[in-house]
Amino acid sequence: MSAFRGLLRKEALHILRDRRTLAVVIFMPILQVILFGYAIRTDISRIRLAIVDPSPDAATIELRNRFTATDAFRVVRVLPSAGTLDRLFASGAIQEAIVLDGDFANRLARGLTARVLVVADASEPNSGSAMESYALAVIQGYERDIAARGGAVRIVPEARMRFNPTRASANLFVPGLIAFVLTIISALMTAISLTREKETGTMEILLVSPLKPLEIIVGKVLAYLVIGFVSVLLVVAEARLVFAVPLRGSLMLLLGEGVLYILTSLSLGILISSRTSSQRVAMIGALAGTMLPTILLSGFIFPIESMPWPLRAIANVVPAKWFIVIARGVMLKGVGLEYLWPQTLILLGMTVLLVAAATRSFRIRLA
Amino acid sequence: MNAVTVEALSKRFADVVALDAISLEIAPGELFGIIGPDGAGKTTLFRILVTLSVPDAGRATVLGRDVVTDLWELRRRVGYMPGRFSLYPDLSVEENLSFFASVFGATIEAQHDLIGPIYDQLAPFKDRRAGALSGGMKQKLALCCALVHRPEILFLDEPTTGVDAVSRRELWELLDRLRNTGLTIVVSTPYMDEADRCGRVALIQRGKLLGIDVPDRIAASFGRPLFAVRAAERYRLLIATREFANAATVFPFGDVLHYTDRRDGVPPERIARELREHLQARGFADAEVQETRPTIEDTFMARMGEPERAA
Amino acid sequence: MTAAPAREHAIEARELTRRFGTFTAVDHITFDVGVGEVFGFLGANGAGKTTAIRILTGLLAPSSGSARVAGHDVYTESEWIKRRIGYMSQKFSLYEDLTVGENIRLYGGIYDLSREVVRERTTHMLSRLGLDAATRVQALPLGWRQKLAFSVALLHEPSIVFLDEPTSGVDPITRRQFWELIYEAAARGTTVFVTTHYMDEAEYCDRISIMVAGRIGALGAPAELKSQFDVGSIDELFVRLARPTAGAAG
Repeated sequence: MSAFRGLLRKEALHILRDRRTLAVVIFMPILQVILFGYAIRTDISRIRLAIVDPSPDAATIELRNRFTATDAFRVVRVLPSAGTLDRLFASGAIQEAIVLDGDFANRLARGLTARVLVVADASEPNSGSAMESYALAVIQGYERDIAARGGAVRIVPEARMRFNPTRASANLFVPGLIAFVLTIISALMTAISLTREKETGTMEILLVSPLKPLEIIVGKVLAYLVIGFVSVLLVVAEARLVFAVPLRGSLMLLLGEGVLYILTSLSLGILISSRTSSQRVAMIGALAGTMLPTILLSGFIFPIESMPWPLRAIANVVPAKWFIVIARGVMLKGVGLEYLWPQTLILLGMTVLLVAAATRSFRIRLA
Repeated sequence: MNAVTVEALSKRFADVVALDAISLEIAPGELFGIIGPDGAGKTTLFRILVTLSVPDAGRATVLGRDVVTDLWELRRRVGYMPGRFSLYPDLSVEENLSFFASVFGATIEAQHDLIGPIYDQLAPFKDRRAGALSGGMKQKLALCCALVHRPEILFLDEPTTGVDAVSRRELWELLDRLRNTGLTIVVSTPYMDEADRCGRVALIQRGKLLGIDVPDRIAASFGRPLFAVRAAERYRLLIATREFANAATVFPFGDVLHYTDRRDGVPPERIARELREHLQARGFADAEVQETRPTIEDTFMARMGEPERAA
Repeated sequence: MTAAPAREHAIEARELTRRFGTFTAVDHITFDVGVGEVFGFLGANGAGKTTAIRILTGLLAPSSGSARVAGHDVYTESEWIKRRIGYMSQKFSLYEDLTVGENIRLYGGIYDLSREVVRERTTHMLSRLGLDAATRVQALPLGWRQKLAFSVALLHEPSIVFLDEPTSGVDPITRRQFWELIYEAAARGTTVFVTTHYMDEAEYCDRISIMVAGRIGALGAPAELKSQFDVGSIDELFVRLARPTAGAAG
């Protein structure tokens, strides 16, 4: 058996022996998709809706009827002006409001852009985003039908969250979840696995052997690359089957970008392990250095646009930010490299830098 | 050509001098012991010799190759067993062994003549995870792993520390057999009584060499008459012996006390008689004082001087 | 010692047994340790020493048999036992990032000693050892650390102190100084229960027991045992007991 194959076999045995960790690594992403998915699907039927229609006519009534027709909404008020909305929101009488422009029908008829304002109570952020997306879906359906009848119309819905500007939806969180899962598997597991070799003293023996640092590293990370890859497939498939999250672009492109992102995270894991000597410290390092930025600063949960500028600047060096933009592009917009090359290039540059730094940091001696 | 040459090797960590200008030579085929307590610098020396660490000053060669510049060649030719258990506890005995064989492109079968005697003792446990082995078995497995690529020289850092007396004895028997195959073996230990197992030994304390020689000559170099003092109630005996006006050193030693006198040129019989009388006057009617042969430990204690003081 | 119990045995073990599943780690062992005795508890790795010590220090309940430690029953009074014993091991003894004085105060606090008592005993201990209270423990050489740890384990004046390989790796002179501390404690009436891999230290004990595969293979004063088994040293006896096939294997 060659030295390298021996290394791969050894890593595979470590992973298979540690059943609990393996189970966590495989089931955690699956569970997370379900948790995130259902968390935002709570209480989305019979939303108490108010419609502000300053100048009712056939066009606005048709739109109103569409809201009345779906189970998701219960139209509790139709108002001539938006003046009382604040009070209604505050008392909880309504959860969402649709505010039409005074000259909505007029503009539509003239082929101009008509505006609709969607206001949702987002004090409970997940249902807020759900309500918003439901309302948008109704408006878009209306728009499509008019277009089908030959009218050249454009309705620009404008969403506004009340009480909390957060927006999240199944479609938005799945790409972020992929980044999160890959970070845990790649960075955290690699860092822990390498520092474990230091703790058990086996790193001493590996170093004294003729194995080159690059062989040790590659042998170590290849296994996690495979697991990471499998996790991406699982998450994408589950998101699609359970929550009908679309994959509009190329699966190949998504997986390719996934591999790129895995390499980035693996390098981070190696870097962290080179600075630590115990699994405990490596774990804290990986949590603080990779997972927290991935959760908080990547646009996964909190939109980067609404952050103050110092955080926006920091977000630029978080690899997950770029990966999430790419993954959302591929999955939701169905765009390819022709649009995503700048982000891909940034991610590639980060990967090259980090791999170089990780290889350099991996010493050929103990101290 | 020497198997190991060390010239004025020094290494310090922050404000601790781990090795202080150490020089020694080890011939091919020797079973060489490096003997000293924790913190003496044994592990630092080993790590430099197996290319894991770089000295601050001085030079070292192993198998004629420089340990700093020729590290890739040396790493193929050197066997090393670190001080603490350094195998994968979650892998079985056989998996550990075949992994380390594969790292060097070797196979267990091809090395059977060398590791066979050890491996046969491990064979009944070959499917057991290394973490579940007893202390002695762990050390045997580690030894096997260090031998599996047929190294030309073997470095064993404290292979017997924390191992019971029986397993220790078995390990030394194995090393003896390996020496008979012509392998050069360098082994460190904090147990002074293991020095006799080695061809030559170096005594080391706080980074300094206290002497290098064959064990018998080191023991014989003690250079003063040494007396074994025996009586019941050893603690009272210890105090009473210390109170003898001419006492230089008094140490418990196994079932006796070892005593040296501060006077030079006094016949041993007279020292023994005077000490016996002193003890009998203190109520030790059964006190026996006999001249005895010094051991390596006596020499070590005599040469280490004051034990390390608190910082 | 004011706290010395009226009974003459510090430890009484009768048919003490502990099983883990089908494995019997401690197999019907019976022995006594006298008050003020230095008792060496020897055995090969895996012979059951650690399990026996855990039972006697109240950390593990026996499967069957009985034992009294410092007059307290190991089944029902383990909390009392913990207050009456001191414990020190090679692996864990003191907090390295705290100073000598902080460690002592911490330990005094654990055993509910008053400030005055801790202060008084600290002064005595530090002058006996020649240590400075402000020294960080990690700055002390191993041998000193172990001597300090032993003294700290005696701070609450336990009637029995358990020492698990206290001198492992310590230099030969400091190792002997450590044993003098043991003798001093024993002379004050403290019972010392000690394990070691140094066979010469076995000779320093008043009596020793050698555990073999969960049972006590030999028990007595070192000199008695040597003549009883007709061996020259405890090392020889140990090897003969722990490896019955030694003659055949050569």
